[in-house]
Amino acid sequence: MKNVVRNRFEIVSEAGQLTRGEPDTSKALAIEGLTVAYGEKAAVFSLDADFAAGRMSAIVGPNGAGKSTLLKAALAIVPALSGTVRFFGLSIDQARGRVAYVPQRASVDWDFPARVVDVVMMGLYRTLGWFRFAGANERSRAMTCLQRVGMEDFAERQIGQLSGGQQQRVFLARALAQDADLYLLDEPLAGVDAATERTVMEVLKGLKSEGRAVVCVHHDLATVPAYFDDVLLINVRRIAAGPVGVVFTEANLQKAYGGRLAGTVAAPLPVGGH
Amino acid sequence: MGQEFVQLSLTPMLIGILAAVACALPGNFLLLRRQALIGDAISHVVLPGIVVAFLFTGTVSAWPMMIGASLAAIFAVVLIEAIKRVGRVDAGAAMGVVFTAMFADGVLLLELSDTSSVHLDVEHALYGNLESLIWLAADGWGSLADWTALSEMPPQVGRLALVLALVSGFLFAFWKELTISTFDEGFALSLGIRARLIGFLLVVTTAVAAVAAFDAVGSIIVIAMFICPPASARLMTNGLGHQVAWSTLFAGASAILGYVLAGYAPLWLGAENSVSAAGMIATVSGFILGFACVLGPKRKRIGAAREV
Amino acid sequence: MENFLSALFLQSGYNSALVAIGAALLGIAAGGAGTFIFLRKRALVSDAAAHATLPGICLAFMTMVALGGDGRSLAGLMAGSAISAAAALVLVDWIVRETRLPEDAAIGAVLSVFFGFGIVLMTVVQNMTAGRQAGLESFLLGSTAGMLFNEAVTIAIAGAAAGAVLFLLYRPMTLVAFDPEFAATTGIPVRATDLATMGLVLVVTVIGLKVVGLVLIVAMLIIPAVAARFWTERVDRVVLIASLMGGVSGYLGAALSAAHPQVPTGAVIVLVAFSLFVVSLLLAPARGVVASVFRHLRFQRRVHLRQGLLALARDEPIFDRLTLKVLRGEGYIRGDGVATLQGRATAANALRDEARWEVAREMHLEGSLSGRFDGLNAIEDVFTPDEIRELDRQLGGRIAVVS
Repeated sequence: MKNVVRNRFEIVSEAGQLTRGEPDTSKALAIEGLTVAYGEKAAVFSLDADFAAGRMSAIVGPNGAGKSTLLKAALAIVPALSGTVRFFGLSIDQARGRVAYVPQRASVDWDFPARVVDVVMMGLYRTLGWFRFAGANERSRAMTCLQRVGMEDFAERQIGQLSGGQQQRVFLARALAQDADLYLLDEPLAGVDAATERTVMEVLKGLKSEGRAVVCVHHDLATVPAYFDDVLLINVRRIAAGPVGVVFTEANLQKAYGGRLAGTVAAPLPVGGH
Repeated sequence: MGQEFVQLSLTPMLIGILAAVACALPGNFLLLRRQALIGDAISHVVLPGIVVAFLFTGTVSAWPMMIGASLAAIFAVVLIEAIKRVGRVDAGAAMGVVFTAMFADGVLLLELSDTSSVHLDVEHALYGNLESLIWLAADGWGSLADWTALSEMPPQVGRLALVLALVSGFLFAFWKELTISTFDEGFALSLGIRARLIGFLLVVTTAVAAVAAFDAVGSIIVIAMFICPPASARLMTNGLGHQVAWSTLFAGASAILGYVLAGYAPLWLGAENSVSAAGMIATVSGFILGFACVLGPKRKRIGAAREV
Repeated sequence: MENFLSALFLQSGYNSALVAIGAALLGIAAGGAGTFIFLRKRALVSDAAAHATLPGICLAFMTMVALGGDGRSLAGLMAGSAISAAAALVLVDWIVRETRLPEDAAIGAVLSVFFGFGIVLMTVVQNMTAGRQAGLESFLLGSTAGMLFNEAVTIAIAGAAAGAVLFLLYRPMTLVAFDPEFAATTGIPVRATDLATMGLVLVVTVIGLKVVGLVLIVAMLIIPAVAARFWTERVDRVVLIASLMGGVSGYLGAALSAAHPQVPTGAVIVLVAFSLFVVSLLLAPARGVVASVFRHLRFQRRVHLRQGLLALARDEPIFDRLTLKVLRGEGYIRGDGVATLQGRATAANALRDEARWEVAREMHLEGSLSGRFDGLNAIEDVFTPDEIRELDRQLGGRIAVVS
C-alpha cells in the first residue's frame, strides 16, 4: 500500500510552506487519493494510479469495483469526494483537448436520430467554433476515422441499425476523430464480435505505437496478458498495479475478486508474461 | 373575402402558427431527452406566475405577467430538479408534485384575491382566446404595408415573433452542444461541454416559449405543440435536422387547419357557433400524430433501448 | 376558525360531513393506488387519465341531453369520463407498444389531445340550448359547494368501494410494485394486477372529478405517495403512510373548504397534501433532506479522517484542508500540522487495522468480505474479538514490515 494523502504536485518546504512543484508531465494520467461515493457507499476509496504514455493499460476488477466510476471521476463527469487528478501534469479543464473518452455502449439511446457519420463528427466538436457546423472537411476527417475501424461503408446508416460490435467501432472512430494523446475506454470489448475485437485491438495498438496512452476498463481476464502492458487491479480500493507480468498473479486476482473468480476465467490462470 | 379575412382571421392564424412553431422547436429536444412532460408542467405553473404578478402590479398588462410566469416556470424547474435529486424520485413524480401544488396555489390565490375587476380566470388560462385577437384596423391585404394599421395589430404577433426568433436563435447557436449532450451526456461532459447548463437553458427557453404562447392561446395548445408535432416528426425521419423541419411543418399545419376547422366546420355541419380554436388545434395535432403512428415511415424502433 | 372547527368535527351540516368523509375515503384510496403507480415509475400516466376525462364528461352530457334528460346526473357523467379515460390509457399503451415513441411523449400527446378535444366539445355544449350545462366547468377544478345530497352519497359510496378494493388487492399489488419479476415467480398474475391498479387509478380519478377536479386529481395520486417514500424503505409501509396522508389531506381540505365556501376544495386538498410533502421532504428521518445532509457530512468526515490517519501513520504530508480540519478537530494534530501523541497512537491503530484487513482478505478469499473492505468499515464491526486475535497472530512478524 503506498501513499494515501500525498500530492506530488505540491511540495512542502522545511518551514512548512506550500509551494507548487513541477508538474509531472511524463504521466498521461496521475490519480492521487481519489475517493468517490454514491450516497454513503464508497465506490472508489483513496485510490492512487498512474498511466504512462506509450503503454496499454487495463483496469480490472469485479462488478461494482468502481472501474467505470474511476474513469468518470477522473474526467470530472461524476464529482469526487477527495483526491487529485492530473492529465499530462495539467488539470482536466486544461487537458480536455488531449483526452478522448469512450463511454459504455449501453449508456446511450441508439434510437437517436443520427447517422454513423454524424456521431463520428461529434468527436471533432472541439475543433469547431461557435456557429460553425461540420462541413466537407470534417466529413472527410470522419470518413478517415471510419476507415480505420472498417466502417466506411456504414457512414450513412442510421445508428439504430448497427449491431453491438458496429456501435463499438463507431464509438472508437469518434474517439479517433478527437486525435487525443490519452484514450480512456470503458469496456470497449464487452459483448462485441470477434472481428470487432480484433479491429479494436489493432487500432488501440496503433495508438500505443504512436506514443499515446491507452487505458481500458476490461472485463475478460483471459485476454489481459495478451492485450495489455500494465494492469490496475481494483475493488473499491487499489489491489495492485504495475506491469502485467508482475502484477497479474493468481494471488492478486483472488484478492480482487474473492470467491467470485471461480468460473470467470478458464483455468489455469494465465500468470506472468506473454 | 380579402378584407374580412385580414381583419378577422389573419392575425389569429398568424399567432397560432407562431405559437405552435415556437413550442414545437424546443419540443424536439425535450422529446429526445425524455423530458416531453416538462412542457405540461410548465404550462400549469404559468397560472400562479401571472396571478402573483397581478397581485404585485395590480394590472393585467402583458410584460409583468410574462415575467412573473417565466419566473414561476424557472422556479418550478429548479424545484423539480431539487426534489428529483434530494428525494431520489423519478422525474415524472417530481413534476407531478410540483406542478399540481403550484397550480393549486394559483387557483387559491386567484379565488382569494379580488380579481373580479379584471379578466383573469382559470378557463382563460386553459384555453386562451385566440378568436378575439383580431385586427380591426386592417382594411385588406394592403394594410400589411401600412404602418398605422400595423401598429394596431394585436401585440401578441410581435411578441411571439420575437420569442420565435429567440428560440430559433438558441437552437441554432447551441445546436452542436444540444445534440451531443442529448445523445451522450457523459461524452459531452468529457469534451468540456457544460451539458447540465445547456439542459437548463433548454428548459428556460421552453418556459419562455410556453409563457409567450400561453398569453395568446392558452395552455392546451402549449402542451400539445411541445409534444405532438415533434413526436409525429420523429416517426417521419431518422435525421435530427429533418425531424425539426417536419415538426415545424406539422405545427404550422395544425395551427392553420385547427383554426379553420374551429371557425368553419361547425357552420358546414349546420351549427351556428364556432368551437374553441385552441382545442381544435390540439385535436388536429393529435390526428396528425395518429396518422404518423400508423403510417409514418420511421414509426418503429430499431435501436436497442438505453440500459442504464 | 369557528366554521372550520365545526366542519372539522362534522358539525356543519349533513352534506358537508358526507363530503368530508367522502374526500377522506377518496384520499385513502388515491394515496394507496398512487403509491403503486409511483413505485412502477408511471406516476404521470394518471395525469393522462385525468385530463382525458373531459371529452367523456362532455359526450356523456350530450348523450344524456339527446336522450331527453337534463344531463346533470353525476353517475352518468362519471361513467362517460371513465370510458374516455380508459380509452386514453389504452391509447398510451398502444403508442408505446407500436411505435418508437417513449412513454412520456405518449402520455403528453394523449393528455393534451384528449383535453383539447374536450375543450372543443365543451364549447359545443356551451352553445347547446337544451340541458343545464352550467355545472360542467366545475369538473375542471372541482367544487363541493352546493353539492346535492345524492352526489355526496355517490362519492362516499364510490370512495368506500375504492378503499375496499385497495384493501383486497393490497398484497399482490405490493409484491408487483416491489419486484414484478419475483411476483411473477410466486404465481401472481402481473399483467392482471397492473390492470387492476390502473382500474383503481381510474376509479379514483372519476370520483375525484367532482371533489378535486380533473386538473388536480393527479396530485392526490402522486403527492402522498412521494411524501410517504421519504419515511420508509418498505413498500407496505409506503402504501400505508400514503393512504393515511391522502385521507388526512382529503378530510382537512374538505373541512377547510366547507368552512370557506369561496375557496375551491381541490386546491385546498392539494395544498394540504403538499404541506405534508414538504414536512416529509425536510424532516423524514429515513430520506429527508436534513437527515441526508447530516449523514453525508458525517460520511465525508469519516473518509477524510481515515485518509488523514493513514497519511499520518505513513508520515506523508497532508494538504487537503478538510482533512487537516477534521484531524485538528479530533485533536490528532496540532495547529501547525504536527501530530499529537494521541494522533500518532490512533494513526498507528488505523495502520494496524489496514494490515489486519490485508490478512483477513487473504484468509477469506471466498468473497464473504466483498464490499466491506472499502476502507471505511471498522474491523471490529466485521470480525469478533477472537477472529481479530487470530488475524494478529497471522500478522505476527509482518507488522514490523508495514510500520
